[in-house]
Amino acid sequence: MNKTILDLWVGLFVIAGIVALLFLALKVGSMSTVNSSDSYEVVARFENIGGLKVRAPVKSAGVVVGRVADIRFDNEKYEAAVTLRLDKRYSFPKDTSAAIMTSGLLGEQYIGLEPGGDSEKLKDKDRILITQDAVVLENLIGQFLYGKAQEGAPK
Amino acid sequence: MFKQAIENLGNRTIQGVWRMGFAVRFFVAILLHSGTAFRRFGLTIREMYFTGVLSLIIILVSGLFVGMVLGLQGYETLQRYGSESALGTLVALSLVRELGPVLAGLLFASRAGSAITAEIGLMKATEQLSAMEMMAVDPIARVVAPRFWAGVVSMPLLAALFSALGIFGGYLVGVKLIGVDEGSFWSQMQGAVDFEQDILNGVIKSVVFGIAITAIALFEGYDAPPTAEGVSGATTRTVVTSSLAVLALDFVLTAFMFRGLN
Repeated sequence: MNKTILDLWVGLFVIAGIVALLFLALKVGSMSTVNSSDSYEVVARFENIGGLKVRAPVKSAGVVVGRVADIRFDNEKYEAAVTLRLDKRYSFPKDTSAAIMTSGLLGEQYIGLEPGGDSEKLKDKDRILITQDAVVLENLIGQFLYGKAQEGAPK
Repeated sequence: MFKQAIENLGNRTIQGVWRMGFAVRFFVAILLHSGTAFRRFGLTIREMYFTGVLSLIIILVSGLFVGMVLGLQGYETLQRYGSESALGTLVALSLVRELGPVLAGLLFASRAGSAITAEIGLMKATEQLSAMEMMAVDPIARVVAPRFWAGVVSMPLLAALFSALGIFGGYLVGVKLIGVDEGSFWSQMQGAVDFEQDILNGVIKSVVFGIAITAIALFEGYDAPPTAEGVSGATTRTVVTSSLAVLALDFVLTAFMFRGLN
């Protein structure tokens, strides 16, 4: 086979392969949205995180502003310490509250941030003080049954 | 009778160990002689044409059809739970993580691996390799190393093409034929597929498969008895061994890569 034709085909093959990789990287996958360089970390403590997982989204007003970087159990306070990695582009007031929410009825759990009114902003390694735990379905049903039983009790 | 059985076992063990040692020495020799494959890059390009470009048709067509079948079957299962918008996630994740590298590897082993073994086995049987040695041309540097690097480079590209075409096939069936919402198809896919965790790990897998398949094919060809049956047996062994190697390696790699997720 002619050498130039051969080179041409191999060149086309390599270009097609790289285009396929780019297609996978840009159109199919999302680059890990938040890099450590342009992000800051804040810690929030919860008594119960339910089914929250590392890499779960952190949303404010429904927009993804970061991801859960780390979940640890604090053995002194018996609480879960959740590290949130937030995008540097977004800053939040110091009295922002964090709540663990569920998207849909059985969907994945995420952290919702509700901005407060403080003029100071959250900085790296800060702590979010106001938190709301995950809703555990069993507790909810238990409370509901307990309430129903109270209602029906003879006065 | 009993003594002979033990002798047989001993003989087989020695043969097996010798073969394994030979395979390792062969692999090291390829790496040591790789200089030629890059200095005379024309040789590697020529081999990339035979291993990569000529495998394109089978890879592209299989990728498209695998993606289309995933689209149909995935929709059939997902719509029972009312979550057919997750079809994009299903198709993309299964292709990028597993099916792309593994199926491309199996096809590559049977399309390119067998050809490499037959070619080198026949070169050996017709004493072309010995003739090269007579002319002071190292056959490993001149014949084997360029084929090795061509295979190692071609395989990830083929796997990426397989995955991309497969996702396109899933899109054709899911969105164009069945009518899953196009926006949620792509956005759910982008939400679930991570570049580092999924795509990069898939590429690493395909590179490892490329190394394994090409090395096995070259070794079987180089080690083949110089007869007609010898070459045909070696070709069969290449396809069987490298397919098994791909599946076994895939399990090991998956266990390391994705165990920590979730």
